[in-house]
Amino acid sequence: MEVSKLIMLAISAIFINNFVLSRFLGLCPYMGVSKKTETALGMGFAVIFVMTMSSALTWIVWTYFLLPTKSNVLYLVFKALGAKVTPQNFDLSYLETIAFIIVIATFVQLVEMIIQKTSPTLYEALGIYLPLITTNCAVLGVAELNTMTMHLNFIESVVHGFSAGIGFTIALLLMSGIRERLELSDIPKPLQGLPIAFFVAMLMSMAFLGFSGFKI
Amino acid sequence: MEYVFWGSIIELAFFGLIFGIGLALAAKKFAVEVDPRVEKVLEILPNANCGACGYPGCSGFAKAVVAGEVPVTGCPVGGQSVAEKIAAILGVEVGEVEPMVAVAACSGGVRAKDKYEYDGIEDCRAAMVMGGGPKLCSYGCIGLGTCVEACPFDALSMGPLGVPVTDFDKCTGCGICVDVCPTGVMKLVPKSQPVFVACNSKDPGVFVRKACETGCISCFLCQKNCPKQAIKVVNNLAEIDYDKCDACGICIMVCPTKVILNKFPDVMKANKGLPAAVPTNPDETKALLDEIKKKQAEAKKAPKKPSEKKGDN
Repeated sequence: MEVSKLIMLAISAIFINNFVLSRFLGLCPYMGVSKKTETALGMGFAVIFVMTMSSALTWIVWTYFLLPTKSNVLYLVFKALGAKVTPQNFDLSYLETIAFIIVIATFVQLVEMIIQKTSPTLYEALGIYLPLITTNCAVLGVAELNTMTMHLNFIESVVHGFSAGIGFTIALLLMSGIRERLELSDIPKPLQGLPIAFFVAMLMSMAFLGFSGFKI
Repeated sequence: MEYVFWGSIIELAFFGLIFGIGLALAAKKFAVEVDPRVEKVLEILPNANCGACGYPGCSGFAKAVVAGEVPVTGCPVGGQSVAEKIAAILGVEVGEVEPMVAVAACSGGVRAKDKYEYDGIEDCRAAMVMGGGPKLCSYGCIGLGTCVEACPFDALSMGPLGVPVTDFDKCTGCGICVDVCPTGVMKLVPKSQPVFVACNSKDPGVFVRKACETGCISCFLCQKNCPKQAIKVVNNLAEIDYDKCDACGICIMVCPTKVILNKFPDVMKANKGLPAAVPTNPDETKALLDEIKKKQAEAKKAPKKPSEKKGDN
């Protein structure tokens, strides 16, 4: 585990490959919750939390339940039952999407229940956004990137998930700041509301293109 | 044996079972009780989600009123009828709700002098940022119509004098215009009371004369002549105590700058839909005023009683 690789992952997830502005994931909550800065901040924190935890959980599921390795739980169970099996018999990596969704959705439901019961103030701040990001493509995207595409280890996955959340929050805060000021401006009727927000997102995305090609 | 095939079924069934049971148990353990009365209250609320009660939407108010945090009269838009229905659901007593309406307490508008010519965002709050607004009177109506935009019931419109005019049939007294007005010109007054002071300036009379063609100059004439002591000059501005005011109209007649106005419908109809400096019953008011002036004249002429002289035994 090299610290330099972790820092590189972090900077990449926040700026160079920003999940909203470069990868175009998670646009639904991005457009929906960015009207006011307070709600945007609550949403951002919820996304950071869910992305970090789901990175950890999905990595565990991927490594020990889906990958055809010596530590695959199913392989170990069948071996213990006496069957003649090799790890290659249990290449379940094609179940990645559905297994990840099950894990993430369950986890978010559980967390929402716990927060609602134990801390009503925290629930008011970020709990109400948790159902919105249960099956958000950004959360699934970070899980899939960690495991299938980039083959990171546990610590790297968690750091990448955390940084992806931070990048999402930064983009969200920038958008909400701009949209609050747009309220006072004179915008043509056909463009008011969501259309002009997409224009703004386009311009922000082009601005973030300036980060591409960085070699750290 | 196709381990991949059976393995996937076993694994996903395992996950589904464990997580499903886990969530069901958690739902039991972490259950939050929702009072069924909240649903009932939510049904009878106007559901305009205007936020005038101070809570986030009607569902926020429903939760608060069942929890006892806010009195049943807390919804200004629902008024008396909704308050009574909520009281019936919760089994509590309801008091009287005085319906309030919003008025623009300013007679300036186009008659108020400008400090500078403003060219920018057409929003009074934005104009206020630039040196306290384009009007010389820093308490006056800027006239760019932020309140008109903000009213969720369409009860405000910009009048011919550059000051907003209220449609008292549509106004529900929600108070949103009061919140957005940056100078505090928009005020809530009781709907049933005709008299209000159409000025917001706490500057001394000399400055008010320079800044505006009309406006309260704190001459104290209203305070001296009010038979019920309902109007007092506080901080260079006349203020009406609506608990004492009986709408006799004397203050309207004696005000030299005609800044105390009457907002009753027949008076407004005769004045092109705007409040006017005319008492509701001009003859009665004149008679009352003559009486008061007579008493004041007599009090001046009468010799001083012996006990009032100092050092007199």
